[in-house]
Amino acid sequence: MTEHRIAIRDLTRVYGTGETAVHALRGINLTVRPGEFVAIMGPSGSGKSTLLNILGCLDRPTNGTYVLDGEDVSRLSRNQLARVRNRKIGFVFQSYNLLPRLTAVGNVMLPLLYNTEQRLSDEECYQRAVAALERVGLGDRLRHRPNQLSGGQQQRVAMARALVNNPSIILADEPTGNLDTHASREIMRLLQQLHAQGATIVMVTHEPDIGDYAERVLHLLDGQIASDRPNGARRRA
Amino acid sequence: MSLWRTIKVAWEGLMLNKVRSFLTTLGVIIGVGAVIVMMAVSAGAEAEIADQINALGANLIMVMPSFSRAGFGRGMSMGPGRMPGLTYADLNAIAQNVTGINGVSAERVTNQTVRAGNTTLEEVPIVGTTSGFPQVREYRVAVGRFLTDVDNERAVKVAVLGYDLAQELFGDASAAVGQSIKIGSVKFTVVGVMSPKGVVGNTDYDGRVYIPITVVFKKFTPARFGGDNVGVIYVSAASKEGMQNVMEQITRVLVREHEVDPASPDFSLMTQDSIIEARASTTETFRNLLAWVAGVSLIVGGIGIMNIMLVSVTERTREIGLRQALGARPRDIRLQFLLEAVMLSLAGGLVGVLAGVGGSYLFNVLGTMRTALVPASIPLAFGAAALVGIFFGYYPATRAALLDPIEALRRE
Ligand SMILES: Nc1ncnc2c1ncn2[C@@H]1O[C@H](COP(=O)(O)OP(=O)(O)OP(=O)(O)O)[C@@H](O)[C@H]1O
Ligand SMILES: [Mg+2]
Repeated sequence: MTEHRIAIRDLTRVYGTGETAVHALRGINLTVRPGEFVAIMGPSGSGKSTLLNILGCLDRPTNGTYVLDGEDVSRLSRNQLARVRNRKIGFVFQSYNLLPRLTAVGNVMLPLLYNTEQRLSDEECYQRAVAALERVGLGDRLRHRPNQLSGGQQQRVAMARALVNNPSIILADEPTGNLDTHASREIMRLLQQLHAQGATIVMVTHEPDIGDYAERVLHLLDGQIASDRPNGARRRA
Repeated sequence: MSLWRTIKVAWEGLMLNKVRSFLTTLGVIIGVGAVIVMMAVSAGAEAEIADQINALGANLIMVMPSFSRAGFGRGMSMGPGRMPGLTYADLNAIAQNVTGINGVSAERVTNQTVRAGNTTLEEVPIVGTTSGFPQVREYRVAVGRFLTDVDNERAVKVAVLGYDLAQELFGDASAAVGQSIKIGSVKFTVVGVMSPKGVVGNTDYDGRVYIPITVVFKKFTPARFGGDNVGVIYVSAASKEGMQNVMEQITRVLVREHEVDPASPDFSLMTQDSIIEARASTTETFRNLLAWVAGVSLIVGGIGIMNIMLVSVTERTREIGLRQALGARPRDIRLQFLLEAVMLSLAGGLVGVLAGVGGSYLFNVLGTMRTALVPASIPLAFGAAALVGIFFGYYPATRAALLDPIEALRRE
């Protein structure tokens, strides 16, 4: 093991070519240690989502390297990237992205079904999904479908889904973007709790008071890191 | 993801739109049903032809009246003594003058009430025929004798019973001989009972009565126009090779008897082959039509499946993106959608098999067309359905598999 969970060097991402090329990321250098809780902030269009997508192996950098858990993932094939996403990454999206026809447990089980290495039995999958839902405080909502849950509860189901495979990092893109202040605080409390239990978290937000919950805040500007400092006075949810 | 789990996921996907899924399978249902009916019709036609050969006897030539205008006109010009059509005299002329034949016979059927003792049977087919009937039809006498030429010449009121009918009337075939029965109001003496032959084609040989054809003319068909018309004369040639020669002889004899122009005779000859050909060509036409229906339906059904799968992939782009984000590989996504397509087509195949089996059965029951279900047609039709699903499902499934996860997740 290395001391870095994430190590990024000279990373760029250019959309398109020629005249219309958009340089979304222009040389990012970044390391994240295990157990860190990082907030990425910055104005709209500064490249936050682009960076997070690359961190999440949904996208590949145009140039530069990305080492995740000691494995260089910047040049992997689609199949290999799928494996990395399944085993090492837990996503939380702004719009929850739950499948409406599945129950809470069914949604949380999804990443386990694509886990081709461990080949868990249906029973094990179910038990682990239940445990993950209990961790996010939804042990009493196992059989509910997304449309029977509040926005905050849906986002907690999404967090359980992100946790269930014991990922190396949890990535959250505007996790509170669709929620009111109360539900947002609930989500941040959960993230802080997971962080306290040792999870590595990278979260994108453009709301300063949400960013304040993290222990390290990184500012992007025009595809470059403008500032990167520890958050001394961090908020407690 | 394991195959079994992918099947479950694909099934859930189909259940999202039950009505749409069902409508999509209609083409496959029709196609598969048509395949099964088509093969059942072919097999039925073959069985029918085999039966007909059985029923008619080997090397059979049929002489039929032909009312061509020339023949008819000439017939009329010969005065009231010479009616168009074939008569018992023609039959005798053929029997006496044509060589190389096994037998000659004609049939005139009428339905009558038959009584024996206390037993009365309504609407029994009474077959007026001649001594040649058993040879021509390959039909044997079990007890007693068959009708003789003398019976016909003198119009003797004797009867030969079908096997079942003899049992029904007298309890036992051997007990029937020597008894008397009443056909309509005419009394007959039973001189023989035929051995069992069963139902061939539409004819129940064992439930009929055979009497001299001349008696039918006298007692059961009123002496009106064509009253002694024998209808069709059946001639059984001694060998297949001799048939052509026999046909030439028959033509010569009848041209002389009827005094007609050989170029436009008032009769025509048909062989079994020509009947079978005619018959086979109608079923052939029907079968070809069904083959077209089957092929076109399967292709249209396949295109329908492809279309619906493309719609489904578009509608569920976000789901696909999410699954990719959670670790689904391109092949997992492809398999999921391919299985949906194959399950659609197999479900269509299943319903199609039921419809095809039911349709074949109905054709039979309603008497529209004889069919014989071919067991092999069921796996064949299923295989065709599965192939359609795989072939037409592959493109949409591949499109789904190659979606970019980020784009897919952004889609509304
Ligand atoms: N698929 C794409 N094709 C072309 N340009 C893109 C694409 N995705 C993003 N961009 C551009 O890259 C830049 C960074 O976009 P990104 O989505 O990372 O911004 P962001 O910081 O997440 O903004 P927001 O706060 O509005 O979500 C923007 O200028 C955007 O227009
Ligand atoms: Mg963004």
